[in-house]
Amino acid sequence: MSAQTLSFIFVGLSFALYIGIAIWSRVGSTKEFYVAGGGIHPVINGMATAADWMSAASFLSVAGILAFTGRDGAVYLVGWTGGYVLLALLLAPYLRKFGRFTVPEFIGDRYYSKLARVVAVVCLIFISFTYIAGQMRGVGIVFSRFLEVEIETGVVIGMAIVFCYAVLGGMKGITYTQVAQYCVLIFAFMVPAIFMSIMWTDNPIPQFGLGDKLNDGSGLTVLQKLDQVTTELGFNTYTVGTRSTIDSLAIAAALMIGTAGLPHVIVRFFTVPKVSDARKSAGYALVFICIMYTTIPAVAAFSRLNLTESVNEVAYSEAPAWIEKWENTGLIAWKDKNGDGIMQYRPGHAFSPTKPVFTEVRGTYGERVVSNELTSNANEMYVDRDIMVMANPEIAQLPNWVIALVAAGAVAAALSTAAGLLLVISSSVAHDLMKRTFMPDISDKRELLYARLAAVVAILIAGWFGINPPAFVAQVVAFAFGMAAASLFPPIVMGIFSKRINRSGAVAGMLVGLSSTLAYIVYFNFVAPEMNNPEHWFLGISPTGIGTLGAALNVAVATLISRFTAPPPVEVQAMIDDIRIPAGAGVAHEH
Amino acid sequence: MKPNSDQPTHSVKPGDDNNVYHHDAAENLPPHSHHDGETLKEIDVEAYWRANVRVLIVLLSAWAFVSLGCGVLFSDWLDQFSIGGFPLGFWFTQQGSMLCFVAIIFIYHVWMKKIERVHGVDDDDKSGDTGAPS
Repeated sequence: MSAQTLSFIFVGLSFALYIGIAIWSRVGSTKEFYVAGGGIHPVINGMATAADWMSAASFLSVAGILAFTGRDGAVYLVGWTGGYVLLALLLAPYLRKFGRFTVPEFIGDRYYSKLARVVAVVCLIFISFTYIAGQMRGVGIVFSRFLEVEIETGVVIGMAIVFCYAVLGGMKGITYTQVAQYCVLIFAFMVPAIFMSIMWTDNPIPQFGLGDKLNDGSGLTVLQKLDQVTTELGFNTYTVGTRSTIDSLAIAAALMIGTAGLPHVIVRFFTVPKVSDARKSAGYALVFICIMYTTIPAVAAFSRLNLTESVNEVAYSEAPAWIEKWENTGLIAWKDKNGDGIMQYRPGHAFSPTKPVFTEVRGTYGERVVSNELTSNANEMYVDRDIMVMANPEIAQLPNWVIALVAAGAVAAALSTAAGLLLVISSSVAHDLMKRTFMPDISDKRELLYARLAAVVAILIAGWFGINPPAFVAQVVAFAFGMAAASLFPPIVMGIFSKRINRSGAVAGMLVGLSSTLAYIVYFNFVAPEMNNPEHWFLGISPTGIGTLGAALNVAVATLISRFTAPPPVEVQAMIDDIRIPAGAGVAHEH
Repeated sequence: MKPNSDQPTHSVKPGDDNNVYHHDAAENLPPHSHHDGETLKEIDVEAYWRANVRVLIVLLSAWAFVSLGCGVLFSDWLDQFSIGGFPLGFWFTQQGSMLCFVAIIFIYHVWMKKIERVHGVDDDDKSGDTGAPS
């Protein structure tokens, strides 16, 4: 059977599974809708958290980033996983004890202020939508390449599926669907990794294969071979970093703090029965995440070797079939600069602007002709980083069912994250804005209706982003972490560990943190992109890492202002005392 | 925040209805048989919190040492050693730091459980009902 037919079958089967779970786990109460009734086992919750958090970006892009940047890219691995330590130690147990539905609810109650709650909702919606745009783009890529349907159709199908289980099943439906999605995506990620590891080193465990000797009899290890290949062609040596230490520190810190501040991840710890379960659950989540995240470096290394071998110095007329297929989607381009009919893959951008602009004509060898200006370097190839994981099975000539599996895995990764984000958006709008701020008298039923309506609107907006993806989506996802770090994480942690931080301090801190981070990012990416280099960065910190400074500024402003204004009222201080003690946590409950 | 004599529990007294924060009183009293009766000891909340903060300081130092230290600051220096075919610093950025993170969270879980038992504030459900209270 062809890869396309198999892809249809695999993706179709996984969709049927998700919808089946949605029907089985319909919810009737707001409690079940928001936090699944609070009775999810820690291991199950950990698995769902892992699926929630491992997005299309994790599944498709991280291995690609690592393959092309080597050691520099690894800061993303450390950053994204290290955040779980902060989450488990500083947030999860206390927020579970607090026992309500949403992150803005904690901020609103702790800072006894509707304004604080509304500011938190705004931060949350901003973070969630930037994140969701990336997921929908992932769905679009998979559908357009593997199922060869229009991206629009693919996105609409994806949205319809999410609609079914997020709107009907709420958190309960999402939790069980995410468990299924985790299984699909981890299997889909590991199978090609194991195949490639065996292919290069005979070692079936990719994590160990990465450190192993090659099986070609050269006596070199995988990493030595990679260093040799990259250096010979003039790329940066694979295992040597080039980024400045301060920028690496800032990026790692921003991603760690940001991960701990992501609302759709935090809310996951409201769903376990006990405080100690929240800690355990964060641990299990990280175990499930690390199964994939420790495999990513191996996938990156093997695919870099595969790519270089199957592309560089190969005549275009003899190029493997996948090159033409990806060329047709516009994610690979070749321009025969020296007229020898052979593809030269070297460092630097082949064209200016970097992304290829295709004309309708075909060149001498049947390649798609680009109208970009050519750069003066020897590189003739444009390879989009996002294709690495999906192209891997084809590059490594794995069986068709592996290709279909990867397609189903990528869709699972994108949908699970999108659903989690949709839920926090809808619960924030219905619960924090409607119920707690503007219409305190609405009934449970009414609130559930608003939550579902909000989810529908959010799905439509997300779908629009998927069909008209902003060109800067990949960057924007990383920026969502910076904004989460600068706005939500500090007030939550300070709210638990300090009794002195008050309403005015917290609100000012959030506003200063969010606006300064946003301003820095917008300035360097959209206002003056030509200035976006280490020379002009503040203290040499890139926009990706600026969330660290934003968080520090948030803390400083909040502390200073709280010092000169009245301390929080007695009952708020009593509440802080209560959340510090694990015993006596009821289920997350309605006010 | 001290438990009073006619309320044999450590739970915070629910505030009155106008308070920002209030639990349903019943929900604050899950079956905690080991706190009842004559064995009830005075719960020193302050001491528990100090112990908790101490644990956090130790574990967060380990976290910072691994992530920012081994992963970034002296990663290059560590490359002179090697582990399983990897330069050590490179291994930390690609795999090692993640394994340490998992270990830190589980150590935290076990350690806190122990401290909570000592201070009598753990949330163990001794009644045999393992399901969620609802």
